[in-house]
Amino acid sequence: MSKASDLMGWIDARFPATKMWEEHLSKYYAPKNFNFWYFFGSLALLVLVIQIVTGIFLTMQYKPDGEQAFASVEYIMRDVDWGWLIRYMHSTGASAFFVVIYLHMFRGMMYGSYQKPRELVWLFGMFIFLALMAEAFMGYLLPWGQMSYWGAQVIISLFSAIPVIGDDLTLWIRGDFVISDATLNRFFALHVVAVPIILLMLVVMHIIALHEVGSNNPDGVDIKKLKDPETKIPLDGIPFHPYYSVKDIVGVVVFLMFFSAVVFFMPEMKGYFLEYANFVPADPFKTPEHIAPVWYFTPFYAILRAVPDKLLGVIAMFAAIVMLFLLPWLDRGKVRSIRYRSGTFKVLLVMFVISFVVLGYLGALPATEIRTMFARIFTAGYFGYFIALWFISKNENTKPVPERVTS
Amino acid sequence: MKKSKVLITGLIAGLLFPVLGLAAAGGPVFPDDDISIDWSDKESMQRGAQLFVNYCMSCHSAAYSRYNRVAKDLGIPEDEMVENMIFTTDKYGERTKAGSLMKTTMTNEYAEAAFGTAPPDLSLVARSRGTHWLYNYLRGFYIDEARPMGVNNGVFANVGMPHVLVELEGTKKAIKEMQDDGHGGKHQVIVGFEQVTPGSMSKDEYDQAAKDLTAFLDYLAEPYKEKRISVGIGVMIFLFILLILSYMLKKEFWKDVH
Repeated sequence: MSKASDLMGWIDARFPATKMWEEHLSKYYAPKNFNFWYFFGSLALLVLVIQIVTGIFLTMQYKPDGEQAFASVEYIMRDVDWGWLIRYMHSTGASAFFVVIYLHMFRGMMYGSYQKPRELVWLFGMFIFLALMAEAFMGYLLPWGQMSYWGAQVIISLFSAIPVIGDDLTLWIRGDFVISDATLNRFFALHVVAVPIILLMLVVMHIIALHEVGSNNPDGVDIKKLKDPETKIPLDGIPFHPYYSVKDIVGVVVFLMFFSAVVFFMPEMKGYFLEYANFVPADPFKTPEHIAPVWYFTPFYAILRAVPDKLLGVIAMFAAIVMLFLLPWLDRGKVRSIRYRSGTFKVLLVMFVISFVVLGYLGALPATEIRTMFARIFTAGYFGYFIALWFISKNENTKPVPERVTS
Repeated sequence: MKKSKVLITGLIAGLLFPVLGLAAAGGPVFPDDDISIDWSDKESMQRGAQLFVNYCMSCHSAAYSRYNRVAKDLGIPEDEMVENMIFTTDKYGERTKAGSLMKTTMTNEYAEAAFGTAPPDLSLVARSRGTHWLYNYLRGFYIDEARPMGVNNGVFANVGMPHVLVELEGTKKAIKEMQDDGHGGKHQVIVGFEQVTPGSMSKDEYDQAAKDLTAFLDYLAEPYKEKRISVGIGVMIFLFILLILSYMLKKEFWKDVH
């Protein structure tokens, strides 16, 4: 035996290093027919790493103090070596995270990846989404610009719509009667410590749950049904490493090209990633003309505004997210992939995507009568998807699903 | 299916967005001329910097920026910078050091008493307002006796700031017309300016000065912009090569997957 395998043997007797490597990488058999949509899981992990690493370096210079926060960000941008790069990577990373996650979730909806036996994979994923929204929302306050301040003011005041405890609850969240230094400090603590820990834990659970049941695929075929009688390896499975590890590198490079294009050539992304008004320091006495959340919250913000009553609006907004949580049980279909589902399902999914995109567009604009009307129509489209899915999926007119995956 | 989905989404988006996207009209502004900033024209930025320290910095600061960084980036020798462009003193009464932040000596309390509002820091004004706005704002002052400073602005109505560049531009009055606002109402809008007293500059010279100052403010808002772009080009080339290599690696590994 070589020195290296001696060392591995010593470690393996004390810690299941080889066992874990095999279970999760070299002997984790993934379907061989993954397509474009299957890049976004590993990309989400990449963005998480980018955010954590750049975040650590930002923390070294950032000051969570109402008097100094805005100036400390500009100090990072101007006086810290490569500070502008680290900061732009972090601000672009926030938006990139949502791009990747939204596409990852859409993949799941398209190929029924939430269906039995992957309900928990989906649920852990949804909790990741929720934690990510909290992380992004609190992170956006930290630069302490006008949009940071007033965006947080608007969103936190939503909690005051809750009957009885509303006002006390908002006061408790803010730690003051308005957004202030106290709010900034606690959001900083939550943004850099609390939520990241929860996020990392959920990511581990998401992956463990996935590897327990195995990955779905564009055909929605269960590859574990047909195994090689000798080796017990699924006939349509290939080890994640090296096949998907090398394939994902290609995806990573393509992603980094888009990512770098934004970071280096359009870091503000026309005001969508860094809003122009956020280059003005927070001023509690001057409300900006138009307060818009960052683009990744706008679909939900549009739903909130579409409902005339504040409390009902808040309920509708949260219900929009709850619907996603319930998806594994709202969809009563037996066929997973869109490839073999009915035309009705396809039409519904298209309707959902259009509703989501249009709501996102409307949520970024100031409300007018006509826009509110459209927001109502597309809010109905958003919820309509989940309700209609429950009805149509029971006895859906599906196509026969093949035994093996198609290439 | 996939193609039709893209098509439908595109179609609906294409039909809907122009209808919904009508910009929230912020009222007509005058002047409204376009400007493009040439980042390689450091002389223009230098002239802008001189105007900035002479005219703007009595009230406004650029407190996220340092004198010597500006000197280095714009190619101004540091001693010349100290001699000709630093007019403030530090707390010991000595001339402000070249490595200091570009702060004005006017206090907020004084400014509020004088102008009703504290003059904003200008380090980032080109990012929050944009260069188009700045260029026109600087050229938009006209006589308005109803205002405390005797001037108003066609881009920023009822601004609290006096026309500090008046000795360069001279004074002008606004030519106003009644126009339909498209909602049945009529509004008085500015359609032109008429020179009242001449300044030390001709109109073209003043336009160039406004452009120089705007160029400097654009630099001031993102002094690392040129480095960002040049590093970016290198990164893109690197990633492109990496893409080819990683794709070849993937091909090689996947040869036996059928």
